[in-house]
Amino acid sequence: MNVDVIFHLNGRRLTVDDVSPMQRLLDTLREELRFTGTKEGCGEGECGACTVLLDGVPVNSCLIPIGQIDGASITTVEGLSEGRELSTLQRVFVEEGGAQCGICTPGILLAARALLDEQSDPSRDAIREAIAGNLCRCTGYQRIVEGIEKAAAEERAAKEA
Amino acid sequence: MNVVVTRPPSLPKALEHLAEAEDRPTIIAGGTDLMVLVNARAIAPEAVLDIHGLNVLRGIRVQGGRLHIGALASYRDIIGSEHVQSLAPALVEASRTVGAVQIQARGTLGGNVANASPAGDTLPVLAAQGCDVVLASTNGERRVRFDDLFLGYRRLDMRPDELIVRFEMDLLPEGAVSGFRKVGTRLAQAISKVMLAGVGVVDAGGTVTSLRLAVGSVAPVPLRLHAAETAALGKPLAEAAEAAGEAAREEVTPIDDVRSTADYRREVTGRLVARFVRSLARSI
Repeated sequence: MNVDVIFHLNGRRLTVDDVSPMQRLLDTLREELRFTGTKEGCGEGECGACTVLLDGVPVNSCLIPIGQIDGASITTVEGLSEGRELSTLQRVFVEEGGAQCGICTPGILLAARALLDEQSDPSRDAIREAIAGNLCRCTGYQRIVEGIEKAAAEERAAKEA
Repeated sequence: MNVVVTRPPSLPKALEHLAEAEDRPTIIAGGTDLMVLVNARAIAPEAVLDIHGLNVLRGIRVQGGRLHIGALASYRDIIGSEHVQSLAPALVEASRTVGAVQIQARGTLGGNVANASPAGDTLPVLAAQGCDVVLASTNGERRVRFDDLFLGYRRLDMRPDELIVRFEMDLLPEGAVSGFRKVGTRLAQAISKVMLAGVGVVDAGGTVTSLRLAVGSVAPVPLRLHAAETAALGKPLAEAAEAAGEAAREEVTPIDDVRSTADYRREVTGRLVARFVRSLARSI
């Protein structure tokens, strides 16, 4: 018993036709819509690689059935950049060595984006809590935290300019 | 996946659906427990009732002096609620230990209870502070004290045609200290090894006059520690802490599993209880 789902993806309204309402949002994004920036790491909501923003809030897309997304606003990592131009957060994150293999990066960037949208000057503890649901096997997290901190500083400076 | 998903537009329609169904459909709210099972192919539900859209069940309000938390309130809703922060702060603490922000955004209090895991993070808090669980069906509402809700391992006093709709929290007694402690491998994304929630009152002379203790992950159900509570009453703090700690060690029935051992759990339960009782000193 399939459904049609209408939602906003990275600011654009679109319709997914004739889909099982229990299809994972993760699969709708990757397989139906070919937005492969969102990754599957565990399928159980433990690793955060599948993180997307749902109405601005980080969620695990591997645990959300598409039938619940009707009318929602979804942001994926593809929505962080302006075309081929990286956002401040993305650019600084990479410059500071926050990304090695990159598989956790989309999820971490979105968790960071949501944090910075709520707090423009987060403490390190706040940063660590915001990314506690995103596992990284490569970096040891230090550069990730510093990258987010530096990006936050640059965003604040750009606002004050 | 061959599944029929019903998304009722209202609570009465959801209850009608449950009343008419021959077999109880699989309920989905935030999906943070259910979808894990589905993804792992541990279950393959054929009929799903999706109640996530029933916003009438999301509210958190103070009514008649009591804190009402809707069954679909998410951990994020609870953490951000000024009502819960002031009237049930231990529930905020417990909610902050669930998973991580991604899970907290979706998981619901009703789901945590209905999932009925012995390791459910909010369950000891609901037991220790005390609450009425309100269940609804086409026959109206039925209230069950949280203390009476668990009939056994993962079994609730809940009928096939009922939905949990809200929790009505008891108010903390005057001068009470409430606390929550989860012992796990990590600060996030961890199922607990041991959990304790407590509500206690100590008088100006340092004697324990009221104590409620509940533990998780050390029994098949969230457990009130009646013997430990009784052991502490009427005693001065230091003595009460030791007596309660000792009694608690005997009261719990922990097991060895992938996360911990029965011995560790028993010992840590005793220490958490003693530590909580000692912490009542801050209210003197």
